[in-house]
Amino acid sequence: MPRTITAIALLFAACAAGTVAAAQELRIGLQDDADILDPDQSRTFVGRIVYAGLCDKLVDIDPDLTIVPMLATGWEFSDGGTTLTMQLRDGVTFHDGTPFDAAAVVANIDRSKNLPESRRKSELASIESAEATGPLEVTMKLGAPDATLLSQFADRAGMMLSPTATEAMGLDFGLAPVCSGPFKFVERVQQDRIVLEKFPEYWNADAIHLERVVYLPIPDTTVRFANLRAGDLDMLERLAATDLAAAKADPDLTVESAVSLGYQGVTMNVGNGPRADNPLGRSALVRQALSLSIDRGALNQVVFEGAFAPGNQPFPPGSAWYDERFPVPTRDVAQAKALLAEAGHPDGVDIELQTTNNPVQLQVAQVLQAMAAETGIRLNIVSKEFATQLKDQTAGDFEASSIGWSGRTDPDGNIHQFQTCGGGINDSRICIPEVDELLNAARVGEDFAARKAAYDDARDILVKEGSIMYLYHPTWIWALDDAVTGFVPYPDGMIRLEGVRKAG
Amino acid sequence: MTRFILRRLLIAIPTVILISVFVFLLQKLLPGDPVLALAGEERDPETLAFLREKYRLNDPLPMQYLYWAQAALQGDLGISLRTRQPVLELIGEKLPVTLQLAVMSLTVAVAIGAPMGVLAAVKKGTFWDWIANAVALSGLSIPNFWLGIMLILLVSVNLGWLPASGYRPLSEDFWQSIRTMLMPAFVLGTGLAAALMRHTRSAMLGVLRMDYVRTARAKGLSERRVILRHALRNALGPVVTVSALLFGELLAGAVLTEQIFTIPGFGKAIVDAVFNRDYAVVQGVVLVTALAFIAMNLLADVAQALLNPRLRDAP
Repeated sequence: MPRTITAIALLFAACAAGTVAAAQELRIGLQDDADILDPDQSRTFVGRIVYAGLCDKLVDIDPDLTIVPMLATGWEFSDGGTTLTMQLRDGVTFHDGTPFDAAAVVANIDRSKNLPESRRKSELASIESAEATGPLEVTMKLGAPDATLLSQFADRAGMMLSPTATEAMGLDFGLAPVCSGPFKFVERVQQDRIVLEKFPEYWNADAIHLERVVYLPIPDTTVRFANLRAGDLDMLERLAATDLAAAKADPDLTVESAVSLGYQGVTMNVGNGPRADNPLGRSALVRQALSLSIDRGALNQVVFEGAFAPGNQPFPPGSAWYDERFPVPTRDVAQAKALLAEAGHPDGVDIELQTTNNPVQLQVAQVLQAMAAETGIRLNIVSKEFATQLKDQTAGDFEASSIGWSGRTDPDGNIHQFQTCGGGINDSRICIPEVDELLNAARVGEDFAARKAAYDDARDILVKEGSIMYLYHPTWIWALDDAVTGFVPYPDGMIRLEGVRKAG
Repeated sequence: MTRFILRRLLIAIPTVILISVFVFLLQKLLPGDPVLALAGEERDPETLAFLREKYRLNDPLPMQYLYWAQAALQGDLGISLRTRQPVLELIGEKLPVTLQLAVMSLTVAVAIGAPMGVLAAVKKGTFWDWIANAVALSGLSIPNFWLGIMLILLVSVNLGWLPASGYRPLSEDFWQSIRTMLMPAFVLGTGLAAALMRHTRSAMLGVLRMDYVRTARAKGLSERRVILRHALRNALGPVVTVSALLFGELLAGAVLTEQIFTIPGFGKAIVDAVFNRDYAVVQGVVLVTALAFIAMNLLADVAQALLNPRLRDAP
């Protein structure tokens, strides 16, 4: 018997000896598995995190959301905002050795706009033509002035893929992507790992201090956190708010956070098919009553330990676009009841609220239910698996739907397609012509003050009539091993690897 | 024997066809739209319509099935809508992982379950029987995800003995592969050991009552020899069948255990595929799993026939 015990102990010792992870290899835990690694075809958030290491863009943002140069070193709008001329960085090559030049940019814009499978078409819709007007100069003609274009270039629509590779691989580019970012693609095993290694000829190679990056999808937040604490991960994204205290208390970990660009809200059906015929859909007063019945601060405390940012607009409080005239409302049960009575529902109303069937969103719905019940709005929660919820919401088979938006750098991306008559994601089918005019005007101007004024004027109407009840803005929370330094949190939730170091 | 195997193989063909039709229809019954799931936050109606047309999602259901079946017969299981990876290649990646986990889990299950079953039968009604039953009951009733997370917290986080994740294929890094599989195999194995222990125990109890066992004892053979040589050998039949069935079940993927230990096997693949309405992947993985299950059943029958020659001529 003692011999067996010794043998087992030896086995464990042998196993433990191999656990020292290689230095200069950064292992990042992601919440999901990315979809296809083709910026023109992909849709997942975690895919964008991988691109931050793999694919450089024409421009980038800084942590304050200002557009800064990346592959384009300068740009200028002319002809009343209908021509955009970009100067490109010299001496950049793609991972396969193809040189980056104006022709490559034109080919990329063409693919994003014209590949039938492209999911980037609407983002670049304003571009009518793109032309190489010099070896390192691209000139784009726009159908109309477009204030959002640069921020589109700061995301997937601006990622530059090697034209040689897109030509050779076609739709299968994503199986072995070739870009010009700081790291090049090595291998991918679905649901397991995506491995990148340093690209020595990177134009900004001096800022890169890692040899390899491995992205590991670990969907369960508890398990992801346990992996970090066990040393099997160097950092993770989207730490659960409930684990925040434990992470902060751990002397071997650091925690970084940034309020996201996105929001969570309740979309109300006001004109999408027969189910819009419900008290919320018919009456803006009932919608206001629902909003007044919610204590957003308490919701944030109960479900997210106070880590998120309560909100009431498509942009988080603190954003330059936030309308200070309408701060996050305080809960007012009496006023909510009065509004309900005024709308002709002194005995309250019954509303079906659909939500995603994960524990956190269910809890959010239950908190809303409890708060709304006190004003006489009886929410009947129906939880659905996400794909089903999305389909029902698009088809108008809902009264109210608790759903989030990941957020865009330019304010237009958080409001236009949701609140304009023909908006692509206007599932509530709200249609207020004055709002359309204001939001259309806001997307063409280049002048901050003019754009802000248009959004504020739209807010005057939407705060009364709007069909989305904004609840909170999630906070991105990253937890890192102490050995990792130089990480800068960005509100877009990306993990930029420039300057990140890992102590051996 | 050959005729026996051939006949079983012939019966398998309609089974496979039925399963593939059934899975196909079940998927189509799922609410949710694959193209919408595929498009995510970008919902340009033109692109959606194009994709729907391209993947023939507007065609009548029987036609959609026939397209799939025709290609499948030629060895083409289609591509994943989510990543464009060929389904066959995906299965080729996942199958060895799932096989390894299944073999290791079953080894744990047999190593714990069979001796415990024998012990419980031989010492029926004693303290040992009671202990074996209690262990089996807890193995059955402790949820895998709970045991898994507790093991990670204890063994990986606190003791630092085994990695919590980081699976590598056997061919790439043998030690790492085994180390990362130990905990999941233990979690799955202990759950299965319970079933195996119960089966072994009842089979042994049945055999121990037989006349030839009494004869063996009367001949003056040692108790050890009576149990291991005479009784156990005859009690093994049902145990082998149960093991083969459990193995087949393991091949379908152990969803929760794979999620917790980040093992990239069938379980995780199929869950992601269902949530993304990635029909071709679901269809392909289920087909392979069904084939594996049928193969394991056949193997069990053959093993039975080898252990018990009387079965070979049975219809």
